[in-house]
Amino acid sequence: MKFIVIVLMFAGVPAVAQTQLSSISAEVEQAAREVGKSLRCVVCQNQSIEESNAPLAADMRRLVRERMATGESRDQVLAYMTDRYGNFVRMQPPLQFDTMLLWFGPLIFLLAAAVGWVAYLRPGAKANVSLAPLTEAEAAELARRLESGGSA
Amino acid sequence: MTPQTQAHAVLPKWTAAIPAILLLVIGGFFAWGLTRDPAELPSTMIDREMPDFALTRLTPEREALTKQDLLGKVSLVNVFGSWCSSCILEHPQLEAIAESREVALYGVDWRDPPGAGAAWLARYGDPYLKTGVDGDSRFAIDLGVTGAPETFLVDRDGRIRFKQVGPITPALWADTLLPLIRKLEAEPR
Repeated sequence: MKFIVIVLMFAGVPAVAQTQLSSISAEVEQAAREVGKSLRCVVCQNQSIEESNAPLAADMRRLVRERMATGESRDQVLAYMTDRYGNFVRMQPPLQFDTMLLWFGPLIFLLAAAVGWVAYLRPGAKANVSLAPLTEAEAAELARRLESGGSA
Repeated sequence: MTPQTQAHAVLPKWTAAIPAILLLVIGGFFAWGLTRDPAELPSTMIDREMPDFALTRLTPEREALTKQDLLGKVSLVNVFGSWCSSCILEHPQLEAIAESREVALYGVDWRDPPGAGAAWLARYGDPYLKTGVDGDSRFAIDLGVTGAPETFLVDRDGRIRFKQVGPITPALWADTLLPLIRKLEAEPR
């Protein structure tokens, strides 16, 4: 009994936020959902418009579905939204000149670390103390100091 | 003449400063990025033409705002909603702007059910020459609006020249908007 009550408690929670647009096909709905997941809700910012319950996100979902229902591609819809809200509206920033550092930064750091590591491990790079042999004068000085009790 | 160990010869001395330099650069980015308001998005609409829009009437008796209304003069388009508390805060300033007759002030009643915007304006006063209702955010999304109030300054040719996110304050009006309006009006036709 308890179990059924708990199940019923969760039954009302939608897995994704609901949109009231029934006139589109299942394929368009599926595609629109994918597009919606890659669009950021500009009100709540860390949710996609598919997840968000913000009123503006609901309107965006409907707009995405309408546009896709008229035959627009995923890229066209994303381009429209980016045109209006900037790159920010995309959950995944596009790969372009000013986002190069963002995309390849981690790789650059990894490469730099690898280069440093290799340089550090390279034979001869370690502090191998290969001293030049002592000159005659130095040997004499050393002997003198050792004799005087090492108080150098 | 102390003999040096070979380890120092592998990397030039200045390379010891690399970690510190990296720290400064990355720290600089963080200092810049983390002190900005992430809710403030740069507008993509500046210097672009006002998109076409179709708004519905505030009440059956009142004509809805059209794009035609914006052409031929400098105008201020204010996005508001009866649900928006900052709009109440902004409202006295809008009334003052309307009274000053410096610019044509128009309203976009965003995401309001029929009648709600009209009731709100009846209660607080109506500073707008004309208003249209954008019930399903179509125009708001076209404008890149993220919240109310937002205000767009539109030049005579229907191009957006300035966007204010959040309420217009008396200081913003006096220091930014009014000088910009005068400048736009002085532009050759």
